[in-house]
Amino acid sequence: MKDGMRKVVIVPCSGIGKPFGTVAREAAYDLVEDLRPHATRLVALSKLVLGDAESRAIVAAHPVITIDGCKLNCAAKCVQESGGTIVREVAVLEVFRQHKDLKPEGIAELNPEGVRLARVLAEELLPEIDALTAGAAGEDDHV
Amino acid sequence: MSDSPERKAGIIACSGEELAEGTVTRLAALRVLHDTRRGDTVTLCLPLFLAGGEGERTFARDFPTITVDGCELRCAARATERYSARPAASLVVTELAAARGITGVAGCRRLNDAGQRAVEAVADELAGLVDQVLGREGAR
Repeated sequence: MKDGMRKVVIVPCSGIGKPFGTVAREAAYDLVEDLRPHATRLVALSKLVLGDAESRAIVAAHPVITIDGCKLNCAAKCVQESGGTIVREVAVLEVFRQHKDLKPEGIAELNPEGVRLARVLAEELLPEIDALTAGAAGEDDHV
Repeated sequence: MSDSPERKAGIIACSGEELAEGTVTRLAALRVLHDTRRGDTVTLCLPLFLAGGEGERTFARDFPTITVDGCELRCAARATERYSARPAASLVVTELAAARGITGVAGCRRLNDAGQRAVEAVADELAGLVDQVLGREGAR
């Protein structure tokens, strides 16, 4: 992301027990590496758990989208605890309910359906990210 | 937490999304959980310490836990100690990789060859620590 540009912070859950956590992580990488690399950035959830000052400052200064893999909503709760402003809470399970043909399997390595579910989830967030970063989206449209 | 039967070691990986070493912690923990020490280990989600996972806090107080951190911030080790109890053992990927001569770990999403070697090294070390904290014969 270029200096001075409004950024959207993406915070996926770190779920390690179920494929939905891996989908959350994969969707976050879809956004920050492929779809909107100049308009988004990741913040590691573990840093927020620890209370890392730099990470807390980042989530406090930018709009945040959280992506959670289970109903415990750890990412959303940790961002709230850290003083961040969440503009969108995404639950992977809710996205899966809309796309039941994309059943994710595998935690260390997602099956193709899981990879696709992550991409669908990420793409559904693009209009919101573009609106939040109005004026910066154009150069990121080369997907 | 996956489950919590008796005499199991808990593994808490930082899973740091911003660094390739965070991905190493995750994959190494899963390798030990699902393969090399299957049945002897459970994983605990680090964020649940803050998000209200009483089961996680209780487990780490009552059972031996091993933290796996990607970098010197040691988020998993420090958060575990803060919210639950001091880990029985801990390791840091950057330190272990340096000790094993593994350089150039990269690829948060898809680890490169060095990253894959780091996963093997961390999983190997982690398996030894599991044996150690469970008091297994021949533990390193």
